[in-house]
Amino acid sequence: MSTVNLGLPRFPSGGPPRGFGNISATEPFPKAAHRELGNAQLRANLGHATHTIRDKRLRVVSELPDWEALREAGSAIKTEAMTRLPELLTQFEEQFTARGGTVHWARDAAEANRIVEELIRATGETEVVKVKSMATQEIGLNEYLDERGIAAFETDLAELIVQLGHDKPSHILVPAIHKNRTEIRDIFLEEMPDVDPELTDEPRRLAMAARAHLRKKFLSAKVAISGANFGIAETGTLGVVESEGNGRMCLTLPETLITVMGIEKVLPRAQDLEVFMQLLPRSSTGERMNPYTSLWTGATPGDGPQNVHVVLLDNGRTRALADQHGRSALHCIRCSACMNVCPVYERTGGHAYGSTYPGPIGAILSPLLTGVEAEENSSLPYASSLCGACFDACPVKINIPEILVYLRGEDVSGGTTGRRRRSLPSQMDLALGAASWALSSGDRLGLLEKGLPVARALAGRDEKISRLPGLGAGWTQSRDVPAPPSESFRNWWRKREKEAEKGTHE
Amino acid sequence: MKIALFATCIVDAMYPRVAQATVQILERLGHKVVFPAGQACCGQMHLNSGYFREALPVVENHVRAFEAGFDSGDYDVAVAPSGSCVASVKHQHAMVARWALERGEKRADPTLEARAEAVGERTYELSQLLTDVLGVTDAAAQLGSYLPGTITYHPSCHGMRLLRLGDRPLSLLRTVEALDVVALPEADQCCGFGGTFSIKNADVSSAMLADKVANICGTGAGACAGGDVSCLMHIGGGLSREGRTTTAGTPVRTVHLAEVLASTHENPLRFDGELALAGGAR
Repeated sequence: MSTVNLGLPRFPSGGPPRGFGNISATEPFPKAAHRELGNAQLRANLGHATHTIRDKRLRVVSELPDWEALREAGSAIKTEAMTRLPELLTQFEEQFTARGGTVHWARDAAEANRIVEELIRATGETEVVKVKSMATQEIGLNEYLDERGIAAFETDLAELIVQLGHDKPSHILVPAIHKNRTEIRDIFLEEMPDVDPELTDEPRRLAMAARAHLRKKFLSAKVAISGANFGIAETGTLGVVESEGNGRMCLTLPETLITVMGIEKVLPRAQDLEVFMQLLPRSSTGERMNPYTSLWTGATPGDGPQNVHVVLLDNGRTRALADQHGRSALHCIRCSACMNVCPVYERTGGHAYGSTYPGPIGAILSPLLTGVEAEENSSLPYASSLCGACFDACPVKINIPEILVYLRGEDVSGGTTGRRRRSLPSQMDLALGAASWALSSGDRLGLLEKGLPVARALAGRDEKISRLPGLGAGWTQSRDVPAPPSESFRNWWRKREKEAEKGTHE
Repeated sequence: MKIALFATCIVDAMYPRVAQATVQILERLGHKVVFPAGQACCGQMHLNSGYFREALPVVENHVRAFEAGFDSGDYDVAVAPSGSCVASVKHQHAMVARWALERGEKRADPTLEARAEAVGERTYELSQLLTDVLGVTDAAAQLGSYLPGTITYHPSCHGMRLLRLGDRPLSLLRTVEALDVVALPEADQCCGFGGTFSIKNADVSSAMLADKVANICGTGAGACAGGDVSCLMHIGGGLSREGRTTTAGTPVRTVHLAEVLASTHENPLRFDGELALAGGAR
């Protein structure tokens, strides 16, 4: 097999460095899911919200006769960008620098946080405004700055709610999807200085309160921090896609603008936006066109921020890129369509995944960035029934179920080391080991099936089994097992063939 | 046509009546059914749980069991009454063969990938075979299918999304004489089975199952039909645990598409009490 030379520096041992930050689950998914499932309010909110967005997405997607062709194009452009990544990043740096911006390279979350802090320090400011950004959530920038006396104010309405509530986002696009109106009003009353104490939970009044609160921040802030949906290599242009106008304020009013962008967000050409600006709004918010699309290229004298920086973040992306079976997870454009159609996410919400990236994409992206063996991330690839709804919804055709299965294999076989991680075999190891022996021969399976009448007798008069020990207890928690038949098909067939043979001889 | 039946391990051991129904349908159409004796399982449970090394001998066995008959002309196609098992044969067998070579596994066989693909190409899911190959458009007229009652239909995920069965199963059901097919709300939602997912993530799986069961019972149908026995065992297990009954007081059941199509005037499926065709293995 020929290998593609990615032009990446060689790493002494263990491959490219791992990603760190808010991308590692700290408890096993089933345990976190159990807790979240118990929250009836959360399930009601999530069920309502995901179904609404799901239906809206389906409507606007079915309007486009060339939707499948667009998905193909999106996938092809992303594949090209990943194949040419080193070259495109260098080109992006040249163009961005030539137009008056400064490029910084960050190997991981710690390095990125440090760079951003130093850039803010250089301005002498202690307050910054922020545009909603997954990359800065991933590296834990707000917490990092807060510990060092710098206040970062989120300006996206839902991010603001989450931040004021001292909470964590639970959805990429709708970070406060787990909160309802009453909860939001209570947070505002508690945390917003100067808020009208008569505030009701009417959406319009809540929005007006947030608007008044944020307006002051926009007008006084000297520094803004953003993420980026796209970076165009050909021109050094950065792009942010949002729907509240808060991003436009942050990107144009302050003197200093610092953008943190994952290296996989680079696109070869400005023309490629034609494809993604059709795919993204329809897949994420179910809108035909995005309300506020901001593109900026370097610094323009007398217009907008004069001090423009971009921090190009690796944090495990090179590691994911080096994985030939998993690398297409980097094609993700953070639309969240996979979350909205996922039956698991719909019931557990985003917090159960323990990472900035929840849902199906998070279940593959988090372990790919950190390594499947990192903390509890090994439980994430199992957080799926492999129903495939995510693959169908993905605008760039990431085969999430296939990568989930691949990562399960990595978990079981110990990844690149080839050594199984557990010193003692688990119940599942033993059960599937025995099943492998029994199911790899028709004779062996046939022999075991001789025991069916005994199993049938054990099921008793009810003809069902309601309680099983060990692993089976997981099954009988909510389902009965029917009594086995008195005879296997194999046996019945053998007898039937014999009878037929007799018939022809007589 | 000569057709090899891949019963699948779960039908062979737990639901022989589904394989018997499949045989009946195919023989009624005048085809010869062969049961390759070496067959056991497609290995999907191992594959989807990440146990590729343990899946390898299971996959090898399946390929070995079926390829000989294709080569010798004993049969032209293979059929299984299961969307997910067929999807595994078609999409996963070659994958695990490649995995073994890449990893330098002891059992790795450089011929396996191509052989698995050859078997996969000639393997069909039941509704696919009936519709695309055998030209069944009217179950009542061509198969004598007759079943008085009301059913709903759950399209299992792998049949729907991996095999793109589309409306094939429903079209067949709609042409069964005397059968009223009612739409299942949120039909495209997974029932929560997912193989070992139902055990590893039992809480989430149970929550998904509860919604599926509620949707099925909301239709008022006496049974839920499907094309995948594993999903039906899951849904049926939930219906049984919750003790769900119809307004007539009979238990709400699950039934395989093959059983519905095999039901006739002479030997109809009965919804009350034991849901089975008379003269089955039981």
